[in-house]
Amino acid sequence: MKTFYFESKKTAFKEGLRDGLPIGLGYLAVSFSLGILAKNSGLSPFQGFLASLLNNASAGEYAVFTLIGAGATYLEVALMTFVANARYLLMSTAVSQKMHEDTPLIHRLAVAFDITDELFAIAMNRPGYINPYYSYGAFTLALPGWAFGTAFGVIAGELMPLRLVSALSVALYGMFLACIIPAARKNRIVAVIILICFVLSYVASTVPVLAQISSGTRTIILTVVIASLAAIIFPYPEESDE
Amino acid sequence: MSRNIYIYILVSGLVSFIIRALPVTIFRKPIQNKFVRSFLYYVPYVTLAVMTFPAIVEATQNKLAGILALIAGTVAAWFNQSLFRVAVICCAVVFIVELILV
Repeated sequence: MKTFYFESKKTAFKEGLRDGLPIGLGYLAVSFSLGILAKNSGLSPFQGFLASLLNNASAGEYAVFTLIGAGATYLEVALMTFVANARYLLMSTAVSQKMHEDTPLIHRLAVAFDITDELFAIAMNRPGYINPYYSYGAFTLALPGWAFGTAFGVIAGELMPLRLVSALSVALYGMFLACIIPAARKNRIVAVIILICFVLSYVASTVPVLAQISSGTRTIILTVVIASLAAIIFPYPEESDE
Repeated sequence: MSRNIYIYILVSGLVSFIIRALPVTIFRKPIQNKFVRSFLYYVPYVTLAVMTFPAIVEATQNKLAGILALIAGTVAAWFNQSLFRVAVICCAVVFIVELILV
């Protein structure tokens, strides 16, 4: 299976480590605020660690922790995880196109395990087929960064002054903005849709009937409705980056 | 009825994995259905936008701090600052504003 990759397993792994370092450091910092939320929802440091290790998703975990805090049902959590992470369906599909068709199932599953916005971006950026060992190199730093950062957030969230907790609690929203705004700049339709989302999300949080359902369910409803309408009115703009 | 946090974690972890694992093991050709492609294209932006506002304003001690963080984060992201930097800028704005107002 070596034959269809440009580099040896060892070289690919090393390159993965190199590219994974800034991602792991960024994750360590960003997942800290996720840990604060996890703590508020009643999770222990180990539970925060485990949730991050298994989920590897900022928006998805944010939604899950919020739902746990609200005492949602397991079904609600499953549905919300699916909706919040639906973009990984698309990314995984893109990854499948960039894999050599002889890539063994075990490597396919292992690479799929940590498809995140950033790791997806660096994997797709390389020439040729995806070399699983490159991904494993990047995962080696990204996975612990994300998981330990969350655990530290749960631990230190308790010790930190309210002022710092308040400041760090917006880190996640900053990250969300960093994911959506560059696309809004490139694509005016996305920009308009984001604005509509803000408005409808605000309205939904104040209108009596909608405000009473859990914020997680509200997110599911809003996402399905707005994304469906957008898909019907403005069909897929061909070949966008993300 | 109290629920088990480990089951919550297991459920979400399993769903997260299945979402990522299915396409990469099943699809070898591009999805052709235009509606599905378009829907999946918009989903990340819509979900993240819906979750960001008005939640960012309610997360902070002072509403104005949240609003200013939203504006600063949007401007920073507009100028293609990294994920990490945008997050830090939002935190800094809240910290400074609340230092003055709270």
